[in-house]
Amino acid sequence: MFKKSVQKFPGKICEVELGTGEKAIKLGGAQVLPFCSFDGDTGNTPKVGMEIQDIYPEDWIDTLKELYKDVASDPAAWAKFIEDKYAPDFICLRLVGADPNGLDKPVDECAKIAKAVADAITLPLVVAGTGNHEKDGKLFEAVAKELEGKNILLMSAVEDNYKAVAAAGVLAYKHKIGAESSVDINLAKQLNILLSQLGIQNESIVMNVGSAAAGYGYEYVISTMDRIRLAALGQNDKTLQMPIITPVSFETYKIKETVSTESDVPEWGNQEDRAISMEVSTASGVLVSGSDAVILRHPTSVKIIKNLINELSA
Amino acid sequence: MALSGLEIFKLLPKKNCKECGFPTCLAFAMKVAAGGAEIGKCPYISQEALDKLAEATAPIMKTITIGKGDAEYKLGGETVLFRHEKTFVNRNRFALLLSDSMTDAEIDEKIAHIKNVNYVRIGEEMKIEIVAIKFDSDKDKFISIINKVKDSDLKNAYMLICEKPEVMKEALELVKDEVPVVYGVNKDNFKEMVELVKGTKIPLGLKAANLEELYTLIEEVQKLGHKELILDPGATSIKEVFENAIQIRRINITGNDRTFGYPSVIFANELAKGEKYMEVALGTIFTMKYGSIIVLNDIDYARALALYPLRQNIFTDPQKPMRVEPNIYPINNADENSPVLCTVDFALTYFIVSGEVERSRVPVWMAIPDAGGYSVLTAWAAGKFTASSIAKFIKESGIENKTKSRKLIIPGKVAVLKGDLQENLPDWEIIVGTLEAMEIPKFLRELAG
Repeated sequence: MFKKSVQKFPGKICEVELGTGEKAIKLGGAQVLPFCSFDGDTGNTPKVGMEIQDIYPEDWIDTLKELYKDVASDPAAWAKFIEDKYAPDFICLRLVGADPNGLDKPVDECAKIAKAVADAITLPLVVAGTGNHEKDGKLFEAVAKELEGKNILLMSAVEDNYKAVAAAGVLAYKHKIGAESSVDINLAKQLNILLSQLGIQNESIVMNVGSAAAGYGYEYVISTMDRIRLAALGQNDKTLQMPIITPVSFETYKIKETVSTESDVPEWGNQEDRAISMEVSTASGVLVSGSDAVILRHPTSVKIIKNLINELSA
Repeated sequence: MALSGLEIFKLLPKKNCKECGFPTCLAFAMKVAAGGAEIGKCPYISQEALDKLAEATAPIMKTITIGKGDAEYKLGGETVLFRHEKTFVNRNRFALLLSDSMTDAEIDEKIAHIKNVNYVRIGEEMKIEIVAIKFDSDKDKFISIINKVKDSDLKNAYMLICEKPEVMKEALELVKDEVPVVYGVNKDNFKEMVELVKGTKIPLGLKAANLEELYTLIEEVQKLGHKELILDPGATSIKEVFENAIQIRRINITGNDRTFGYPSVIFANELAKGEKYMEVALGTIFTMKYGSIIVLNDIDYARALALYPLRQNIFTDPQKPMRVEPNIYPINNADENSPVLCTVDFALTYFIVSGEVERSRVPVWMAIPDAGGYSVLTAWAAGKFTASSIAKFIKESGIENKTKSRKLIIPGKVAVLKGDLQENLPDWEIIVGTLEAMEIPKFLRELAG
């Protein structure tokens, strides 16, 4: 006899709100596995953000530089351009200029840029750092202070700097923080516990459990997300019930399939095509495994992934 | 599903002859149930009992074989819903669709694309494995496409798509030795379709309006004695196909229902409505969520470079790290002046490091010794990535003949090896590299001056 299978769970992913006003978004809220609306409440639909930088994106692919040529030297204008033209759910400003291995700009200067960007848009803002933990600790303190009242997501706090980021970001200035761990359920859990010991509520945390481009150890990413979702929902593990954000573009624009130009590898064809394809594939995979938000770079990828989310949530 | 000792005991002749090596039939049955003895050790067991046992102990999802020779593929046979529970066994296969409503030029172009997109990644051939040929309205053309594919030098399995038994009969005649998928079996034509493949192992592709009807159709076809099946989760919306694919797999595996215990076919081409990147998105989610054959509209490197490596990742053993072959790899056209950069053979490390080296555009020889497939620190801690093992590899790999440079860069995390390595390789300048892969491009550019 045919009988539909319905899977109920005791746990629920908590909701985290970003931004203010009409364009504010909520992440999380699901009580079932991603897009399994036939099982129950899927919560808020996953959100799609677009990446910009505080400095001119020298190493971005040519077609993207061409697309943003009039605005890419002014982050606030760039953010506004994206909000008006592509209408993503949020904007992610990556403060590359602060990188000690790069321009090593002072944190106050970067915080002012972040403020200008936040003032130019109505969309929620996610601010990402340099990946240098020491610098990011100071950077996020400065950004949190400068953007008080904007309810942004500071991405990301890691084990080396979470105290500084959490104290300023959440406790002092009431923003949300990203808890970044590298593709391991136990590391993710541990960082969440450390944050909760500082008095940070789940509703102020979004997890960045790590990513990789499809084909590059991506199975670890998928299995980590699957396991986190199953533990959060199935075992009602409160220390893993935060929504997940995945900076897909940070990874997919590093690999050879995307960075090689057509003159490097003529047989692979159009570089932009390859970049979009890799971005779309990596994003679709993490969405069906548990990401509540993805960060993308190419407008076409944004369109396709939004469309996919709409179709799956229809 | 395993049988208990008592259930097996009931199937035995109960002669207590001891010829199996056990004192009683019951003792033997208990041992068989525990996996400690083969049922075949009983000389008097009936064929009927053997069949019953085989059925009861068969895997919950059937493994179906399609194609022949170099193009033979196994589908299905999966045991879990998530890859971390236990390896996904038989990777999905990609099919490209041709039909009689396409122009000859279109068909030729697609065949050329199939030939063109064919490469090896980590020891695996990446290509379209199945050509799906669809009958729309022009039978002669349909037949001619099959012949065209047969006459091309493609090595592929076939899927014939047609709901008219008389047309299918003619088409099947051409490729029946190739074990094609005969797709298009529905509630109205299943009797004739089963007749076409009776007595063969040719799988039938079943389609129905919804899951209830599909379930009934499977039962009807099974009653006619054919059990080589591939299921189409049907439906016309992405949402519904996603739901149905999950339902079929769940009802089968967690619900222990063998009726749905077959591989599936997903028409990503139709769901994507001609939108190439949507096809990539759907190819991805159905590689992860239970597609066995995924049909595409066309293939190019943009699609291939995303979908094939994704599949290669998903269908790996979660308990075994993927390794790259220990060797010397030239990056960015390394030549006789390029430095040597050494890291471990753990695939994830290799890909991240080689990706950053590529990004630097600096020509480099990558030296990958056998480090047990572990990451840098783990391999070092396990004694598999040491000054002596690296030195031995450098001496034996032939790299000293490939480059005149005597700069050897080691990972920053094993800076402690520098002294010992310098002693082992006095001709080389040992350079401690970066702690993190992302710092490699800057490091190499500065090194190159």
